[in-house]
Amino acid sequence: MTQAIINGILLGGLYAIVGVGMSVIFGIVRLTNLAHGEFVILATYLSLAVTRSTGMNPLLSLVIVAPIMFGVGFLIQNTMVNRLLPRGQEAPLLVMFGLSIIIQNVLLQFFSADAQHLRHGNDTASLSFGSAVVPVMFLIDCIIGVIVIIALNFFMKKTYTGNAIRAVSDDNTAARIMGVNVSLIYGAAMGIAMVTAAVAGVLVGMTYNFYPTTGSQYLIISFGVVVIGGMGSIKGTLVAGLVFGLAQLLGAYFFGTSLQLLSGYIIILIMLAVRPQGLFAK
Amino acid sequence: MSEWNQDTDAMLSVEGLQVNYGDFIAVKDASLSVPYCEIVSVVGTNGAGKSTLFDCVAGVVKPRAGRVFFKGEDITALPAHEVVAKGLTLVPQGSRCFIRMTVEENLIMGSYTKKARKDRAATLKKTYELFPVLFEKRNDLSGSLSGGQRQMVAIGRALMNRPEMILFDEISLGLAPTVIKDIYARIKEINRDGVTAVLIEQDVKRSLRTSSRCNVMLKGKVVLTGSSRELTEEKIKAAYFGV
Repeated sequence: MTQAIINGILLGGLYAIVGVGMSVIFGIVRLTNLAHGEFVILATYLSLAVTRSTGMNPLLSLVIVAPIMFGVGFLIQNTMVNRLLPRGQEAPLLVMFGLSIIIQNVLLQFFSADAQHLRHGNDTASLSFGSAVVPVMFLIDCIIGVIVIIALNFFMKKTYTGNAIRAVSDDNTAARIMGVNVSLIYGAAMGIAMVTAAVAGVLVGMTYNFYPTTGSQYLIISFGVVVIGGMGSIKGTLVAGLVFGLAQLLGAYFFGTSLQLLSGYIIILIMLAVRPQGLFAK
Repeated sequence: MSEWNQDTDAMLSVEGLQVNYGDFIAVKDASLSVPYCEIVSVVGTNGAGKSTLFDCVAGVVKPRAGRVFFKGEDITALPAHEVVAKGLTLVPQGSRCFIRMTVEENLIMGSYTKKARKDRAATLKKTYELFPVLFEKRNDLSGSLSGGQRQMVAIGRALMNRPEMILFDEISLGLAPTVIKDIYARIKEINRDGVTAVLIEQDVKRSLRTSSRCNVMLKGKVVLTGSSRELTEEKIKAAYFGV
């Protein structure tokens, strides 16, 4: 039981960082980013390429991967999504879906369908807390996930760009009147979402095996986090990650590992039925 | 810009503006002139095109035809975020505060332009002096405020931009008479500090009392313009309804 709770909490930190980028884009650009899972895995493979060629630690590779992902996000938003937004929700949705297929196949082309892993020093290390044994990597996932989310929250509250992002999501026209270039801010928001995807991708790759098709799995986790936490709420994603992680691991503890994923989804269904706007919807 | 002379030339000059929403012509051949450091009012019935005129001047909607000059410079083609950087700010209808942000965060967003950022602390202090209630409520979400207080946030937010001209779009809409009186007193104060003001107002008496010049809009056109002293309420009402 303690084991399940500790693992659930730690897993929650990872789920939160996986989902936060999707939540940000949902809340600000009002776009369902169907490619978010692929973006996470794209970052994982970028990190793989960097670590393979330089031999550096995967976490350190973020120094290179995160800026690349920011640029990719900014470009995708400014060259594709921004042009389509005035035409309603369907067109950008389809563009993101198309991008997710393209990314999957490009990864397949360059990296093959083999299982990969981001190797690091602590692959099998574990710590024991009383009777519970916790993989060190789980602990790293949770700590980094929480730190990045707190930093993101701080950025959104304390910088002009962060405030502009929130202002645009509140009232697009009023923000323009205040001097905000909305296209640039959307680009920055997507770039920032991509940086969180980069962190998530590296952590995921260090924790689990991955394939070019793994993205969809993380898209579903992201959906879960957004549904439970409420669109656009950064605090919400943190709590939602914990709820989702705990639901899975406690489900596995009580009903067996085969029902681990199902118990997570049941929580999503309950949320949709009881509080469809999410825990922290504004 | 160097040719603009504040004593002889209009600060804002709108010439033959036309704005369409699809097939509907909201503003049709409207012209307007606003002298430096005055208060100018625009009155007219609902649907006369007053708000559209303001939105178009502020760059929120694009005109089909016509020109807008601010301090001698053609700003017709500029997007809203560049117009505000020129020193021309709109207080939009219905205040449009950022309701999920605190009062202070709203005000800070007002100082978003590069020029306004460096004076942020001083302007914030001044804004709180003008609206002490905003200082008391600075950490509250603006969505939790009353209509009058939200209107003050919107005006304060515009002031944070350190504008040279503010367009007020029906700030008295839906407010209690005492609150309206209070807000109009603030507008006069803002004007005394050297800010030119253009305001849309439904109440003809109040608009004549407050402004030095008055314009009447009817069916998308400015049909009557003159100094508020010379215009009588009867004259305006005749133009107002097009009789």
